[in-house]
Amino acid sequence: MSTVLSQRGLNWLHALTADAAGQSGYPASLKVVDAPLAGRPARYLAVVPDADNRFPRARHGEVGLLEGWSLGQALDEVIAADRDAPVKRAVVAVVDVPSQAYGRREEALGIHQALAGAVDGYARARLAGHPVIALLVGKAMSGAFLAHGYQANRIVALRDPGVMVHAMGKESAARVTLRTVDELEAFAAKVPPMAYDLDSYASLGLLWETLSVERIEQPGAEDLARVRACLEQAEADIRAAGTDLRGRLGAANRAASRRVRELLRAQW
Amino acid sequence: MSDLNALLHSRSFVELGARQRASALLDQGSLRELLDPFARVKSPWLEAQGIVAQADDGVVVAKGSLGGRPAVLAAIEGGFQGGSLGEVGGAKIAGALELAAEDNRNGIPTCAVLLLETGGVRLQEANLGLAAIAEVQAAIVELRQYQPVIGVVAGPVGCFGGMSIAAALCSHLLVTREARLGLNGPQVIEQEAGIEEYDSRDRPFIWSLTGGEQRFACGLVDAYVADDAQAIRERLLGILERPGDALPRSRQYPRFLDLLGRYDAAPQADAAAVRALYQGDQA
Repeated sequence: MSTVLSQRGLNWLHALTADAAGQSGYPASLKVVDAPLAGRPARYLAVVPDADNRFPRARHGEVGLLEGWSLGQALDEVIAADRDAPVKRAVVAVVDVPSQAYGRREEALGIHQALAGAVDGYARARLAGHPVIALLVGKAMSGAFLAHGYQANRIVALRDPGVMVHAMGKESAARVTLRTVDELEAFAAKVPPMAYDLDSYASLGLLWETLSVERIEQPGAEDLARVRACLEQAEADIRAAGTDLRGRLGAANRAASRRVRELLRAQW
Repeated sequence: MSDLNALLHSRSFVELGARQRASALLDQGSLRELLDPFARVKSPWLEAQGIVAQADDGVVVAKGSLGGRPAVLAAIEGGFQGGSLGEVGGAKIAGALELAAEDNRNGIPTCAVLLLETGGVRLQEANLGLAAIAEVQAAIVELRQYQPVIGVVAGPVGCFGGMSIAAALCSHLLVTREARLGLNGPQVIEQEAGIEEYDSRDRPFIWSLTGGEQRFACGLVDAYVADDAQAIRERLLGILERPGDALPRSRQYPRFLDLLGRYDAAPQADAAAVRALYQGDQA
Protein backbone atom coordinates (compact mmCIF):
# COMPACT_ATOMS: atom_id res chain seq x y z
CA MET A 1 0.00 0.00 0.00
CA SER A 2 1.63 3.22 -1.10
CA THR A 3 0.32 6.36 0.48
CA VAL A 4 1.65 9.85 0.04
CA LEU A 5 2.19 11.19 3.53
CA SER A 6 0.44 14.45 4.20
CA GLN A 7 2.74 17.36 5.04
CA ARG A 8 -0.07 19.84 5.54
CA GLY A 9 0.09 19.83 9.31
CA LEU A 10 3.82 20.40 9.33
CA ASN A 11 3.65 23.10 6.64
CA TRP A 12 0.92 25.06 8.39
CA LEU A 13 2.67 24.69 11.74
CA HIS A 14 5.89 26.09 10.26
CA ALA A 15 4.01 28.93 8.56
CA LEU A 16 2.00 29.95 11.61
CA THR A 17 5.05 29.97 13.86
CA ALA A 18 7.39 31.63 11.31
CA ASP A 19 9.61 28.53 11.38
CA ALA A 20 10.32 28.88 15.10
CA ALA A 21 12.27 25.94 16.56
CA GLY A 22 10.30 23.18 18.22
CA GLN A 23 10.62 22.15 21.84
CA SER A 24 12.95 19.24 22.54
CA GLY A 25 12.00 16.21 24.58
CA TYR A 26 9.16 15.09 22.30
CA PRO A 27 8.91 12.28 19.77
CA ALA A 28 9.56 13.27 16.14
CA SER A 29 5.86 12.67 15.45
CA LEU A 30 4.74 15.50 17.75
CA LYS A 31 5.81 19.05 16.99
CA VAL A 32 5.55 21.44 19.93
CA VAL A 33 6.32 25.05 19.02
CA ASP A 34 6.04 28.16 21.18
CA ALA A 35 5.35 31.27 19.11
CA PRO A 36 3.12 34.32 19.44
CA LEU A 37 -0.56 34.65 18.59
CA ALA A 38 -1.90 38.20 18.56
CA GLY A 39 1.34 39.39 20.12
CA ARG A 40 1.07 37.09 23.14
CA PRO A 41 2.81 33.76 23.83
CA ALA A 42 1.03 30.68 22.54
CA ARG A 43 1.77 26.99 22.04
CA TYR A 44 1.20 25.30 18.67
CA LEU A 45 0.86 21.51 18.45
CA ALA A 46 0.84 19.18 15.44
CA VAL A 47 0.97 15.39 15.10
CA VAL A 48 2.98 14.66 11.94
CA PRO A 49 4.21 11.60 10.01
CA ASP A 50 7.44 10.00 11.20
CA ALA A 51 8.65 7.18 8.95
CA ASP A 52 10.98 5.96 11.72
CA ASN A 53 8.38 5.84 14.49
CA ARG A 54 9.24 2.95 16.85
CA PHE A 55 5.61 1.89 16.62
CA PRO A 56 5.09 0.71 13.04
CA ARG A 57 1.34 1.37 13.00
CA ALA A 58 1.92 5.07 13.82
CA ARG A 59 4.23 6.10 10.99
CA HIS A 60 1.77 8.04 8.80
CA GLY A 61 0.70 10.76 11.20
CA GLU A 62 -1.65 8.58 13.25
CA VAL A 63 -2.16 9.43 16.90
CA GLY A 64 -0.68 6.50 18.80
CA LEU A 65 0.71 5.68 22.22
CA LEU A 66 3.65 8.09 22.19
CA GLU A 67 1.70 10.87 20.53
CA GLY A 68 -1.22 10.67 22.97
CA TRP A 69 0.86 10.70 26.14
CA SER A 70 3.22 13.35 24.74
CA LEU A 71 0.30 15.67 23.95
CA GLY A 72 -0.65 15.28 27.61
CA GLN A 73 2.87 16.35 28.54
CA ALA A 74 2.90 19.36 26.18
CA LEU A 75 -0.42 20.59 27.59
CA ASP A 76 0.46 19.96 31.21
CA GLU A 77 3.60 22.08 30.72
CA VAL A 78 1.45 24.96 29.47
CA ILE A 79 -0.94 24.69 32.41
CA ALA A 80 1.95 24.58 34.89
CA ALA A 81 3.82 27.47 33.24
CA ASP A 82 0.78 29.77 33.51
CA ARG A 83 -0.50 28.55 36.86
CA ASP A 84 -0.14 32.00 38.41
CA ALA A 85 -0.47 34.06 35.23
CA PRO A 86 -3.56 36.29 35.00
CA VAL A 87 -3.74 35.78 31.22
CA LYS A 88 -3.29 32.15 30.13
CA ARG A 89 -1.53 31.51 26.84
CA ALA A 90 -3.50 30.16 23.90
CA VAL A 91 -3.07 26.65 22.52
CA VAL A 92 -3.47 26.03 18.78
CA ALA A 93 -3.92 22.43 17.63
CA VAL A 94 -3.00 22.16 13.94
CA VAL A 95 -5.02 19.13 12.87
CA ASP A 96 -4.12 16.76 10.04
CA VAL A 97 -4.56 13.30 11.52
CA PRO A 98 -5.62 10.36 9.31
CA SER A 99 -6.64 8.15 12.25
CA GLN A 100 -5.65 6.74 15.58
CA ALA A 101 -3.06 3.95 15.33
CA TYR A 102 -4.71 0.59 14.62
CA GLY A 103 -2.49 -2.21 15.87
CA ARG A 104 -1.87 -5.06 18.26
CA ARG A 105 0.88 -3.22 20.14
CA GLU A 106 -1.41 -0.26 20.57
CA GLU A 107 -4.34 -2.22 22.00
CA ALA A 108 -2.11 -4.32 24.24
CA LEU A 109 -0.35 -1.29 25.72
CA GLY A 110 -3.57 0.67 26.19
CA ILE A 111 -3.79 3.27 23.42
CA HIS A 112 -7.19 4.26 24.84
CA GLN A 113 -5.39 5.40 27.99
CA ALA A 114 -2.73 7.30 26.00
CA LEU A 115 -5.41 9.16 24.05
CA ALA A 116 -7.15 9.93 27.34
CA GLY A 117 -3.85 11.53 28.39
CA ALA A 118 -4.20 13.94 25.46
CA VAL A 119 -7.91 14.62 26.00
CA ASP A 120 -7.22 15.22 29.69
CA GLY A 121 -4.52 17.76 28.86
CA TYR A 122 -6.67 19.69 26.38
CA ALA A 123 -9.74 19.66 28.64
CA ARG A 124 -7.81 20.80 31.70
CA ALA A 125 -6.07 23.55 29.70
CA ARG A 126 -9.47 24.79 28.59
CA LEU A 127 -10.89 24.62 32.13
CA ALA A 128 -7.82 26.48 33.44
CA GLY A 129 -8.65 29.35 31.10
CA HIS A 130 -6.31 28.73 28.18
CA PRO A 131 -8.05 29.56 24.89
CA VAL A 132 -7.81 26.32 22.88
CA ILE A 133 -8.33 26.54 19.12
CA ALA A 134 -8.28 23.69 16.61
CA LEU A 135 -7.30 24.50 13.02
CA LEU A 136 -8.35 21.74 10.62
CA VAL A 137 -6.01 21.68 7.60
CA GLY A 138 -6.45 18.00 6.63
CA LYS A 139 -8.11 14.92 8.03
CA ALA A 140 -9.61 14.97 11.50
CA MET A 141 -10.64 11.39 11.98
CA SER A 142 -12.30 9.60 14.83
CA GLY A 143 -10.21 8.88 17.93
CA ALA A 144 -7.33 10.88 16.51
CA PHE A 145 -9.49 14.01 16.42
CA LEU A 146 -10.89 13.29 19.89
CA ALA A 147 -7.30 13.26 21.16
CA HIS A 148 -6.05 16.20 19.11
CA GLY A 149 -8.53 19.00 18.51
CA TYR A 150 -12.02 18.05 19.64
CA GLN A 151 -11.62 19.55 23.12
CA ALA A 152 -10.99 22.99 21.62
CA ASN A 153 -13.22 25.94 22.50
CA ARG A 154 -13.35 26.90 18.83
CA ILE A 155 -12.82 24.76 15.73
CA VAL A 156 -11.79 26.45 12.48
CA ALA A 157 -11.68 24.44 9.24
CA LEU A 158 -10.10 25.28 5.90
CA ARG A 159 -12.35 24.72 2.90
CA ASP A 160 -10.79 21.93 0.87
CA PRO A 161 -11.83 18.44 -0.21
CA GLY A 162 -8.94 17.06 1.84
CA VAL A 163 -10.36 18.49 5.07
CA MET A 164 -12.61 15.84 6.53
CA VAL A 165 -14.10 15.04 9.90
CA HIS A 166 -15.46 11.57 10.47
CA ALA A 167 -15.91 8.74 12.94
CA MET A 168 -14.57 5.97 10.72
CA GLY A 169 -13.27 5.35 7.20
CA LYS A 170 -15.87 4.19 4.70
CA GLU A 171 -14.71 0.58 4.33
CA SER A 172 -14.63 -0.08 8.07
CA ALA A 173 -17.88 1.79 8.70
CA ALA A 174 -19.58 -0.31 6.02
CA ARG A 175 -18.27 -3.53 7.58
CA VAL A 176 -19.37 -2.65 11.11
CA THR A 177 -22.86 -1.53 10.04
CA LEU A 178 -23.29 -4.54 7.72
CA ARG A 179 -23.72 -2.34 4.66
CA THR A 180 -21.94 -2.03 1.35
CA VAL A 181 -19.88 1.07 0.70
CA ASP A 182 -22.48 2.07 -1.93
CA GLU A 183 -25.29 1.80 0.62
CA LEU A 184 -23.23 3.78 3.12
CA GLU A 185 -22.72 6.55 0.58
CA ALA A 186 -26.41 6.61 -0.31
CA PHE A 187 -27.32 7.16 3.35
CA ALA A 188 -24.53 9.70 3.77
CA ALA A 189 -26.10 11.76 0.99
CA LYS A 190 -29.30 12.28 2.99
CA VAL A 191 -28.21 12.03 6.63
CA PRO A 192 -25.90 15.01 7.39
CA PRO A 193 -24.03 13.51 10.39
CA MET A 194 -23.05 10.51 8.26
CA ALA A 195 -21.63 12.54 5.39
CA TYR A 196 -17.92 12.87 4.70
CA ASP A 197 -17.94 16.37 3.13
CA LEU A 198 -17.16 19.58 4.97
CA ASP A 199 -20.42 21.39 4.13
CA SER A 200 -22.47 18.64 5.74
CA TYR A 201 -20.18 18.73 8.75
CA ALA A 202 -20.50 22.51 8.96
CA SER A 203 -24.30 22.11 9.09
CA LEU A 204 -23.90 20.37 12.47
CA GLY A 205 -22.78 23.62 14.08
CA LEU A 206 -19.52 22.27 15.45
CA LEU A 207 -17.29 24.62 13.45
CA TRP A 208 -16.81 28.20 14.56
CA GLU A 209 -15.57 29.30 11.14
CA THR A 210 -14.60 27.94 7.73
CA LEU A 211 -12.03 29.68 5.54
CA SER A 212 -11.00 29.38 1.91
CA VAL A 213 -7.31 29.46 1.06
CA GLU A 214 -5.40 29.53 -2.23
CA ARG A 215 -2.75 26.95 -1.47
CA ILE A 216 -3.69 24.54 1.23
CA GLU A 217 -0.62 22.33 0.95
CA GLN A 218 1.88 25.16 1.37
CA PRO A 219 0.26 28.45 2.41
CA GLY A 220 1.30 31.73 0.82
CA ALA A 221 1.44 35.10 2.57
CA GLU A 222 -2.21 35.98 1.94
CA ASP A 223 -3.47 32.61 3.12
CA LEU A 224 -1.38 32.88 6.21
CA ALA A 225 -2.61 36.40 7.00
CA ARG A 226 -6.25 35.33 6.64
CA VAL A 227 -5.86 32.26 8.84
CA ARG A 228 -3.84 34.11 11.44
CA ALA A 229 -6.48 36.84 11.63
CA CYS A 230 -9.15 34.19 12.12
CA LEU A 231 -7.20 32.50 14.92
CA GLU A 232 -6.77 35.88 16.60
CA GLN A 233 -10.51 36.51 16.40
CA ALA A 234 -11.19 33.05 17.81
CA GLU A 235 -8.85 33.72 20.70
CA ALA A 236 -10.53 37.03 21.49
CA ASP A 237 -13.96 35.40 21.24
CA ILE A 238 -12.95 32.68 23.71
CA ARG A 239 -11.54 35.20 26.16
CA ALA A 240 -14.86 37.06 26.00
CA ALA A 241 -17.16 34.03 26.10
CA GLY A 242 -15.61 31.52 28.50
CA THR A 243 -14.13 28.06 28.62
CA ASP A 244 -17.00 25.66 27.91
CA LEU A 245 -18.22 23.95 24.73
CA ARG A 246 -21.71 25.45 24.68
CA GLY A 247 -21.01 27.27 21.43
CA ARG A 248 -21.40 23.96 19.60
CA LEU A 249 -25.08 23.45 20.31
CA GLY A 250 -26.69 26.15 18.16
CA ALA A 251 -27.35 24.48 14.81
CA ALA A 252 -30.73 23.21 13.60
CA ASN A 253 -29.12 19.80 13.14
CA ARG A 254 -28.36 19.70 16.88
CA ALA A 255 -31.90 20.42 18.06
CA ALA A 256 -32.06 17.03 19.81
CA SER A 257 -28.84 17.75 21.75
CA ARG A 258 -30.39 20.97 23.06
CA ARG A 259 -33.75 19.40 23.83
CA VAL A 260 -32.17 16.58 25.83
CA ARG A 261 -30.26 19.10 27.95
CA GLU A 262 -33.38 21.24 28.51
CA LEU A 263 -35.44 18.24 29.60
CA LEU A 264 -32.66 16.94 31.86
CA ARG A 265 -32.45 20.32 33.55
CA ALA A 266 -36.22 20.50 33.99
CA GLN A 267 -36.35 17.01 35.52
CA TRP A 268 -33.12 17.29 37.55
CA MET B 1 -21.44 -22.70 54.50
CA SER B 2 -21.63 -18.95 54.14
CA ASP B 3 -19.77 -19.14 50.83
CA LEU B 4 -22.31 -21.53 49.43
CA ASN B 5 -25.08 -19.35 50.74
CA ALA B 6 -23.55 -16.29 49.10
CA LEU B 7 -23.17 -18.18 45.84
CA LEU B 8 -26.80 -19.27 45.88
CA HIS B 9 -27.98 -15.73 46.45
CA SER B 10 -25.60 -13.91 44.14
CA ARG B 11 -27.15 -12.10 41.22
CA SER B 12 -25.28 -11.77 37.95
CA PHE B 13 -24.74 -8.14 36.95
CA VAL B 14 -23.67 -8.92 33.40
CA GLU B 15 -27.04 -10.51 32.67
CA LEU B 16 -29.00 -7.41 33.74
CA GLY B 17 -30.27 -4.75 31.35
CA ALA B 18 -29.32 -1.11 31.78
CA ARG B 19 -32.37 -0.16 33.85
CA GLN B 20 -31.99 -3.19 36.15
CA ARG B 21 -28.32 -2.41 36.58
CA ALA B 22 -29.11 1.14 37.65
CA SER B 23 -31.62 -0.11 40.17
CA ALA B 24 -29.24 -2.77 41.52
CA LEU B 25 -26.51 -0.21 42.23
CA LEU B 26 -28.33 2.84 43.59
CA ASP B 27 -29.64 2.86 47.19
CA GLN B 28 -32.89 0.97 47.38
CA GLY B 29 -35.89 3.14 46.59
CA SER B 30 -33.76 6.14 45.62
CA LEU B 31 -33.81 5.75 41.82
CA ARG B 32 -35.60 8.36 39.75
CA GLU B 33 -35.15 8.05 36.00
CA LEU B 34 -34.71 11.21 33.94
CA LEU B 35 -35.97 11.31 30.35
CA ASP B 36 -37.51 7.86 30.73
CA PRO B 37 -38.93 6.05 27.70
CA PHE B 38 -42.24 7.87 28.10
CA ALA B 39 -40.46 11.14 27.32
CA ARG B 40 -40.02 9.59 23.86
CA VAL B 41 -36.86 11.45 23.00
CA LYS B 42 -35.66 9.20 20.21
CA SER B 43 -32.89 9.43 17.68
CA PRO B 44 -33.92 11.82 14.90
CA TRP B 45 -31.58 10.05 12.44
CA LEU B 46 -32.28 6.32 12.54
CA GLU B 47 -35.73 6.04 11.01
CA ALA B 48 -34.61 7.60 7.72
CA GLN B 49 -32.18 4.68 7.51
CA GLY B 50 -34.83 2.03 8.10
CA ILE B 51 -33.72 1.35 11.69
CA VAL B 52 -36.30 1.23 14.48
CA ALA B 53 -35.45 3.88 17.08
CA GLN B 54 -35.82 3.22 20.80
CA ALA B 55 -37.74 5.50 23.16
CA ASP B 56 -34.76 5.95 25.48
CA ASP B 57 -32.13 5.80 22.71
CA GLY B 58 -30.37 3.06 24.63
CA VAL B 59 -29.25 5.19 27.58
CA VAL B 60 -30.79 5.19 31.06
CA VAL B 61 -30.05 8.24 33.22
CA ALA B 62 -31.10 8.06 36.86
CA LYS B 63 -30.66 10.25 39.88
CA GLY B 64 -30.51 8.65 43.27
CA SER B 65 -28.15 8.08 46.14
CA LEU B 66 -25.18 5.84 46.86
CA GLY B 67 -24.65 5.24 50.55
CA GLY B 68 -26.76 8.34 51.09
CA ARG B 69 -24.61 10.51 48.79
CA PRO B 70 -26.27 12.33 45.91
CA ALA B 71 -25.45 10.52 42.70
CA VAL B 72 -26.30 10.42 39.03
CA LEU B 73 -25.93 7.21 37.09
CA ALA B 74 -25.89 6.71 33.34
CA ALA B 75 -26.21 3.18 31.99
CA ILE B 76 -25.76 2.27 28.35
CA GLU B 77 -27.99 -0.54 27.08
CA GLY B 78 -25.63 -2.83 25.20
CA GLY B 79 -28.58 -4.59 23.59
CA PHE B 80 -29.64 -1.59 21.51
CA GLN B 81 -27.44 -1.02 18.46
CA GLY B 82 -24.45 -2.53 20.24
CA GLY B 83 -24.54 0.15 22.92
CA SER B 84 -23.46 2.66 20.31
CA LEU B 85 -23.79 6.33 21.16
CA GLY B 86 -25.78 8.62 18.93
CA GLU B 87 -26.81 12.22 19.35
CA VAL B 88 -29.54 11.66 21.95
CA GLY B 89 -27.88 8.99 24.08
CA GLY B 90 -24.62 10.95 24.06
CA ALA B 91 -26.40 14.16 25.05
CA LYS B 92 -28.13 12.32 27.91
CA ILE B 93 -24.79 11.28 29.39
CA ALA B 94 -22.99 14.58 28.73
CA GLY B 95 -25.94 16.65 29.94
CA ALA B 96 -26.26 14.62 33.17
CA LEU B 97 -22.55 15.03 33.93
CA GLU B 98 -22.73 18.76 33.17
CA LEU B 99 -25.63 19.16 35.63
CA ALA B 100 -23.74 17.15 38.26
CA ALA B 101 -20.79 19.55 37.91
CA GLU B 102 -23.20 22.46 38.26
CA ASP B 103 -24.59 20.83 41.43
CA ASN B 104 -21.08 20.76 42.86
CA ARG B 105 -20.52 24.43 42.10
CA ASN B 106 -23.78 25.08 43.98
CA GLY B 107 -22.65 23.11 47.01
CA ILE B 108 -24.34 19.76 46.25
CA PRO B 109 -21.63 17.04 46.07
CA THR B 110 -23.20 14.92 43.31
CA CYS B 111 -20.97 12.08 42.11
CA ALA B 112 -21.42 10.01 38.96
CA VAL B 113 -21.36 6.36 37.90
CA LEU B 114 -21.14 5.38 34.22
CA LEU B 115 -22.09 1.84 33.17
CA LEU B 116 -20.25 1.46 29.89
CA GLU B 117 -21.40 -1.21 27.44
CA THR B 118 -20.60 0.35 24.14
CA GLY B 119 -18.91 -0.06 20.81
CA GLY B 120 -18.38 3.72 20.73
CA VAL B 121 -19.80 6.04 18.08
CA ARG B 122 -23.07 4.94 16.47
CA LEU B 123 -21.95 4.96 12.87
CA GLN B 124 -25.46 5.73 11.62
CA GLU B 125 -25.11 9.11 13.39
CA ALA B 126 -21.38 9.25 12.91
CA ASN B 127 -20.29 12.85 13.37
CA LEU B 128 -22.94 13.67 15.94
CA GLY B 129 -21.96 10.59 17.93
CA LEU B 130 -18.32 11.65 17.81
CA ALA B 131 -19.22 15.21 18.87
CA ALA B 132 -21.34 13.89 21.75
CA ILE B 133 -18.48 11.69 22.95
CA ALA B 134 -16.13 14.70 22.94
CA GLU B 135 -18.70 16.44 25.15
CA VAL B 136 -18.97 13.41 27.46
CA GLN B 137 -15.18 13.46 27.81
CA ALA B 138 -15.17 17.19 28.56
CA ALA B 139 -17.86 16.70 31.21
CA ILE B 140 -16.00 13.82 32.91
CA VAL B 141 -12.86 15.94 33.28
CA GLU B 142 -14.96 18.83 34.58
CA LEU B 143 -16.92 16.80 37.16
CA ARG B 144 -13.85 14.81 38.23
CA GLN B 145 -12.45 18.05 39.73
CA TYR B 146 -15.18 17.90 42.38
CA GLN B 147 -16.35 14.33 42.91
CA PRO B 148 -15.52 10.81 41.74
CA VAL B 149 -16.72 9.77 38.28
CA ILE B 150 -16.65 5.98 38.46
CA GLY B 151 -16.75 3.89 35.30
CA VAL B 152 -17.92 0.27 35.31
CA VAL B 153 -17.28 -2.03 32.35
CA ALA B 154 -19.07 -5.29 33.14
CA GLY B 155 -19.56 -6.91 29.73
CA PRO B 156 -20.62 -8.57 27.59
CA VAL B 157 -20.28 -5.76 25.03
CA GLY B 158 -17.21 -4.14 26.55
CA CYS B 159 -16.13 -0.56 26.01
CA PHE B 160 -14.58 0.61 22.76
CA GLY B 161 -13.99 3.59 20.52
CA GLY B 162 -14.22 7.09 21.88
CA MET B 163 -15.99 5.75 24.97
CA SER B 164 -12.89 3.75 25.91
CA ILE B 165 -11.11 7.11 26.10
CA ALA B 166 -13.99 8.35 28.26
CA ALA B 167 -13.55 5.30 30.52
CA ALA B 168 -9.85 6.08 30.77
CA LEU B 169 -10.69 9.62 31.95
CA CYS B 170 -12.80 8.38 34.88
CA SER B 171 -11.41 8.88 38.36
CA HIS B 172 -11.93 5.16 39.04
CA LEU B 173 -12.61 2.25 36.71
CA LEU B 174 -14.03 -1.20 37.59
CA VAL B 175 -14.12 -4.24 35.34
CA THR B 176 -15.27 -7.86 35.48
CA ARG B 177 -13.74 -10.87 33.76
CA GLU B 178 -16.32 -10.53 30.98
CA ALA B 179 -15.25 -6.97 30.20
CA ARG B 180 -13.09 -5.89 27.32
CA LEU B 181 -11.61 -2.41 27.16
CA GLY B 182 -9.82 -1.10 24.10
CA LEU B 183 -9.79 1.76 21.63
CA ASN B 184 -10.36 -0.06 18.39
CA GLY B 185 -12.81 -2.88 17.91
CA PRO B 186 -11.24 -6.14 16.68
CA GLN B 187 -13.08 -6.06 13.34
CA VAL B 188 -11.88 -2.56 12.60
CA ILE B 189 -8.24 -3.35 13.37
CA GLU B 190 -8.46 -6.42 11.17
CA GLN B 191 -10.00 -4.31 8.40
CA GLU B 192 -7.40 -1.55 8.68
CA ALA B 193 -4.27 -3.52 9.52
CA GLY B 194 -4.87 -7.07 8.30
CA ILE B 195 -5.61 -10.40 9.92
CA GLU B 196 -1.95 -11.05 10.82
CA GLU B 197 -2.03 -7.93 12.96
CA TYR B 198 -5.34 -8.74 14.65
CA ASP B 199 -7.59 -11.75 14.12
CA SER B 200 -11.05 -10.58 15.13
CA ARG B 201 -12.35 -14.16 15.38
CA ASP B 202 -9.67 -15.33 17.81
CA ARG B 203 -11.54 -14.61 21.02
CA PRO B 204 -8.98 -16.00 23.50
CA PHE B 205 -6.35 -13.78 21.84
CA ILE B 206 -8.57 -10.71 22.12
CA TRP B 207 -9.44 -11.34 25.78
CA SER B 208 -5.80 -12.01 26.58
CA LEU B 209 -4.91 -8.48 25.44
CA THR B 210 -7.99 -6.41 26.27
CA GLY B 211 -9.97 -8.46 28.81
CA GLY B 212 -10.72 -7.27 32.32
CA GLU B 213 -8.23 -9.57 34.01
CA GLN B 214 -5.35 -8.38 31.81
CA ARG B 215 -6.29 -4.71 32.18
CA PHE B 216 -6.32 -5.11 35.96
CA ALA B 217 -3.01 -7.00 35.98
CA CYS B 218 -1.50 -4.13 33.95
CA GLY B 219 -2.81 -1.47 36.31
CA LEU B 220 -4.98 0.06 33.59
CA VAL B 221 -8.09 -0.27 35.76
CA ASP B 222 -8.57 0.12 39.50
CA ALA B 223 -10.63 -2.92 40.44
CA TYR B 224 -11.41 -6.38 39.14
CA VAL B 225 -14.77 -7.47 40.51
CA ALA B 226 -16.88 -10.61 40.39
CA ASP B 227 -19.98 -10.66 38.22
CA ASP B 228 -22.20 -10.00 41.22
CA ALA B 229 -24.48 -6.98 41.54
CA GLN B 230 -24.04 -6.72 45.30
CA ALA B 231 -20.25 -6.98 45.07
CA ILE B 232 -20.14 -4.20 42.47
CA ARG B 233 -22.36 -1.97 44.59
CA GLU B 234 -20.17 -2.55 47.64
CA ARG B 235 -17.10 -1.69 45.61
CA LEU B 236 -18.69 1.58 44.49
CA LEU B 237 -19.59 2.46 48.07
CA GLY B 238 -16.04 1.65 49.17
CA ILE B 239 -14.58 4.00 46.55
CA LEU B 240 -16.94 6.79 47.52
CA GLU B 241 -16.06 6.26 51.19
CA ARG B 242 -12.31 6.43 50.45
CA PRO B 243 -11.72 7.90 46.97
CA GLY B 244 -7.99 8.32 47.65
CA ASP B 245 -5.85 11.09 46.29
CA ALA B 246 -4.01 9.33 43.47
CA LEU B 247 -3.55 11.38 40.31
CA PRO B 248 -6.05 10.20 37.68
CA ARG B 249 -4.41 7.66 35.37
CA SER B 250 -4.96 9.96 32.38
CA ARG B 251 -2.59 12.49 34.01
CA GLN B 252 0.23 10.01 34.54
CA TYR B 253 2.16 10.73 31.33
CA PRO B 254 5.60 10.77 33.00
CA ARG B 255 5.23 7.19 34.16
CA PHE B 256 3.72 5.87 30.94
CA LEU B 257 6.21 7.66 28.67
CA ASP B 258 9.03 6.27 30.79
CA LEU B 259 7.66 2.73 30.48
CA LEU B 260 7.04 3.04 26.74
CA GLY B 261 10.55 4.39 26.33
CA ARG B 262 11.90 1.17 27.82
CA TYR B 263 9.59 -1.08 25.81
CA ASP B 264 11.03 -2.97 22.85
CA ALA B 265 8.46 -2.23 20.15
CA ALA B 266 10.20 -4.28 17.45
CA PRO B 267 8.61 -7.67 18.14
CA GLN B 268 4.84 -8.00 18.01
CA ALA B 269 3.20 -7.47 21.42
CA ASP B 270 1.90 -10.24 23.62
CA ALA B 271 0.00 -10.24 26.88
CA ALA B 272 2.87 -11.47 29.04
CA ALA B 273 5.34 -8.83 27.82
CA VAL B 274 2.87 -6.03 28.45
CA ARG B 275 2.08 -7.37 31.93
CA ALA B 276 5.77 -7.57 32.75
CA LEU B 277 6.32 -4.00 31.55
CA TYR B 278 3.44 -2.50 33.49
CA GLN B 279 4.04 -4.57 36.62
CA GLY B 280 7.75 -3.77 36.59
CA ASP B 281 7.44 -0.47 38.36
CA GLN B 282 4.52 -1.37 40.62
CA ALA B 283 6.40 -3.68 42.95
